[in-house]
Amino acid sequence: MKTALSSQQIWDLLGTIPDPEVPVISIVELGVVRNVEVEEGGVVITMTPTYNGCPAMKMMEDDIRTALAGEGIQQVKIKMVFKPAWTTDWLSEASKQKLEAYGIAPPTENTKSHLPFAGKASVVNCPFCKSGQTKLTSQFGSTACKALYYCDSCHQPFEHFKCH
Amino acid sequence: MNKNELIKEYCLRLGDNGLILGHRLSEWCGHGPILEEDIAMSNMALDLIGQARGFLTYAAQLEGKGRTEDDFAYLRDAREFRNRMLVEQPNGDFAVTMMRSLLYSAIAYLQFKALTKSTDETLSGLAEKSLKEVTYHLRHSGEWIIRLGDGTKESHEKAQNALNDLWMYTDELFEVDEVDAALVKEGIAVDLSSMRTEWNTIIDDILKKATLKQPQEKTYQSKGGIKGIHTEQLGFLLAEMQFLPRAYPGTTW
Repeated sequence: MKTALSSQQIWDLLGTIPDPEVPVISIVELGVVRNVEVEEGGVVITMTPTYNGCPAMKMMEDDIRTALAGEGIQQVKIKMVFKPAWTTDWLSEASKQKLEAYGIAPPTENTKSHLPFAGKASVVNCPFCKSGQTKLTSQFGSTACKALYYCDSCHQPFEHFKCH
Repeated sequence: MNKNELIKEYCLRLGDNGLILGHRLSEWCGHGPILEEDIAMSNMALDLIGQARGFLTYAAQLEGKGRTEDDFAYLRDAREFRNRMLVEQPNGDFAVTMMRSLLYSAIAYLQFKALTKSTDETLSGLAEKSLKEVTYHLRHSGEWIIRLGDGTKESHEKAQNALNDLWMYTDELFEVDEVDAALVKEGIAVDLSSMRTEWNTIIDDILKKATLKQPQEKTYQSKGGIKGIHTEQLGFLLAEMQFLPRAYPGTTW
């Protein structure tokens, strides 16, 4: 039996599933869906985790199964790959703008030169008042992918989607 | 040992380091000195347990006997664990926890960085992923040790005591055996014993900024974690970590 949807239609469907932690972008925009293969009678989805221990990965899997089941596709295999490792470099400009509009400062730089003690950190602008007068409160926030910041101009705490 | 058995053994060492240190850090959840640090330690615990899941799942797959990551985590006894003794040491005060993280993260950083070039695709993928995470852990613990060491008289003293107490588990970070040798030859594993100088450079730099002194006198050095030799601390940790699946076999939630 052939599945009802083409691989492009499945990509489109996955593009409607929001990230459980940051619901303004989809799991496709986030970059965790790496491949979609339509096979005889089922679908194989290849994914990569954002962070090794991110608890949202299981939720994303469940959401994918639910969405596909809604289209009559029950045979869903989810394959996890670790290479290439997920990076915020995959977020498009449009996705970054959505993050900022949602109140999360988007990743600011390319991650190629990630060092443990890299000297000066780049400026993270406040997503509310756009000021660059901000400071890091903690590298670790409410989810693995975010850091805590504080804006000295508008005195708001905010989250920054870490360059990873 | 054949190649799969060697790689499995190597994965247990990497996975168990993450699992045990991750469990230790999770013990801080709800007890952190400030909210941000509580969150930070839980975040790092999650990263480390996530890394452990990757390596233990791969170990189970290579073994091919139907065991899972959970069987490895919950149904092995202390002598079957392959972590370094440093990571099983109790949390102590905040300085001990940060010092332990610093000493471990520095070697994990170097090891994962080199392992990204492994000829084994799964290992290099897991390493690439884990490297990004331990980079944060190294920065975080390094910055705290500098602040504590170069802080008040009391924080300096606590940081120095932590360093003195944990130093006896540092030689072991570089301990290798025939498993490493066989895998290094094939470009699958990386040679830990050659990373001492680089590790010293990272640690010395931080200790200097922290005004702390590396113990000078010859400290007794514990060894043997990779062979299943552990301090008594691991048993207590396992008793807590494994209680539920052992008391209620096969339970799910």
